Amino acid sequence: MAVLPEQVIYMDNNATTRIAPEVLDAMMPYLTRFYGNPSSMYTFGGQVGRAINQAREEVAGLLGAAPGEIVFTSCGTESDSTAILSAIQTNPEKNHLVTTKVEHPAVKNLCDNLEIFTGRKYHVTRLPVASDGTLDLQRFKDSLTDETAIVSVMWANNETGVLFPVEEMARIARERGILFHTDAVQAVGKIPIDLKQTAIDFLSLSGHKLHAPKGVGVLYVRKGTPYIPFLNGGHQEHGRRGGTENVASIVGLGRACALAAEKMAEENTRVRALRDKLEHGLLTAIPKSLRNGHPSQRLPNTANISFEYVEGEAILLHMNQANICASSGSACTSGSLEPSHVLRAMGVPFTAAHGSIRFSLSIYNTEQEVDFVLATLPGIIAKLRALSPFWEDK
Amino acid sequence: MWEYTDTVQDHFINPRNVGEIERADGVGNVGSLACGDALRLTIKVDANQVITDAKFKTFGCASAIASSSVLTEMIKGMKLEEAKKLTNDDIAKALGGLPKEKMHCSVMGREALEAAIANYTGAILPMAQGEVVCECFGVTDLEIIRAIRENSLTSVEDITNFTKAGGGCGKCEGKLRALLAETAAGAAGHTPSAPKKKRMTTLEKIKKIEEVIEREIKPNLKKDGGDIQLIDVDGDFVTVSLRGACANCSSARTTLKEYVEKKLREQVLETLIVEEDK
Repeated sequence: MAVLPEQVIYMDNNATTRIAPEVLDAMMPYLTRFYGNPSSMYTFGGQVGRAINQAREEVAGLLGAAPGEIVFTSCGTESDSTAILSAIQTNPEKNHLVTTKVEHPAVKNLCDNLEIFTGRKYHVTRLPVASDGTLDLQRFKDSLTDETAIVSVMWANNETGVLFPVEEMARIARERGILFHTDAVQAVGKIPIDLKQTAIDFLSLSGHKLHAPKGVGVLYVRKGTPYIPFLNGGHQEHGRRGGTENVASIVGLGRACALAAEKMAEENTRVRALRDKLEHGLLTAIPKSLRNGHPSQRLPNTANISFEYVEGEAILLHMNQANICASSGSACTSGSLEPSHVLRAMGVPFTAAHGSIRFSLSIYNTEQEVDFVLATLPGIIAKLRALSPFWEDK
Repeated sequence: MWEYTDTVQDHFINPRNVGEIERADGVGNVGSLACGDALRLTIKVDANQVITDAKFKTFGCASAIASSSVLTEMIKGMKLEEAKKLTNDDIAKALGGLPKEKMHCSVMGREALEAAIANYTGAILPMAQGEVVCECFGVTDLEIIRAIRENSLTSVEDITNFTKAGGGCGKCEGKLRALLAETAAGAAGHTPSAPKKKRMTTLEKIKKIEEVIEREIKPNLKKDGGDIQLIDVDGDFVTVSLRGACANCSSARTTLKEYVEKKLREQVLETLIVEEDK
């Protein structure tokens, strides 16, 4: 049964976002009339190249970077792989990486594989987090060694929205002469970022998390950072990333970054207020519910709430009946038999980890939608708890 | 998103036979919160050995709920002998199939049915822990020892009241007495007395630690799908390895310190420090 987009209450913006109408408008000419290759010598192609450069400036503007530091890629994952693999290749004598236990699979699995598939040539320190999802800076300092090639720490956690002090961590790494990469896929567009004020060497972002289309990302590479490309090929992106440019999506991403800069204040006021209303409302209305993650040190749009003694997939499917879209850290939603590695790293008890729901809002959400969710969810939880053999014992 | 059949979705949205039968003839409890799904099945059986009613309570995902719901429909009106032959595949088929990652939900349904039937007939489930002492009610030595400890039981009559053991043919009365005496002796042994602690030899200490792990700690962890093994004892440092569900459990450290260490300190030596073998 198909569901029309207009019927949907979409609160899963950390998974992906709708393309902003302005973004689509900016893209359309490059999907239709202006199909030239930006590398071509004639004006018909060259004008496309100019559009890419404008997009580069718009992305740089949102990040507080120079346009020359922006490399367009196909996605956040490619950016992550490019940064980390470049760092270990430019530091062939070093064999150690520092990351956290709560990274996105794009970084987590790359690090795991680097250990396994190189016959343990590389070893990885995975920093633990506290029960509120925050990092211990002293522990980070202690983890750095002369062998450390790169630190890769996410700016904002995709599941809980918890922010890590990456600016301070990058400074600490710089003092030790260690490269610093941050997966900022969830942070870009939601919180102010000014890279020229930081010591961050690499930053990854993904277009579809900020109302641009899927299939385009960016790797920020600080000027002067040693760099070896991941995709080798033509001279595109100044030889830093081969492959003909995904022109329309790059133009869309540029427009999306300009829009995000305009909407940054709204994201941090109106969206934050909606998130807080949703979170407070749910925690108040539903007994045995709890927030996962630090209350203030997190993104303005994310609420991760556990409903004890019920299971997340069952909650989501009931929400789906009401056309509410969100996601869960439960085992059953992923096909694994274990709940989210993020919640487990935080020590969230099993009673709560299996019943966690992540709501992630955007500027397109309304107060009416929040009210609808607040009116709907208590009934769903109550219905499932009536089925639960553990609930009656409470 | 999982591809659930219409039947699965129907049973999930409109589950049948939810609840618990009062004074059920058979109760089957399987799974645990840690595993992410658990099912309590209650059945009513008449004089002709036919299941006349079945109800369930399930913590779990859509397919766990649907498997439980369809199971209750399937077994209602079924002869016990037929119900015993029911497989998890039968449950999955009744739902029009399950995603293969979700087949364990149908297995859980079958196990709950087995447990409920076993509970009714008094048969012993192979997964039951420990050595059965009371054959009439299928009560193991582990269950009895725990009941004695936790409730400070002092007589065979107490044990029967708490565990049903000894309440049938009464053949096991001698064994129950022996368990009472052993447990009481163990309890006396852990009454704090400084001179005794000092005199304990390393060998005695290891033996005692081993005993407590085997008798009390391991069975309790196994209930949640976990396991534990003693690796080494070096002075006051006890190294153990957590296995099964415990190995990847986020609360493993809490389990180690709050439960394992506490138990060993109570029953062996107050100065013990338990660490995990990594």
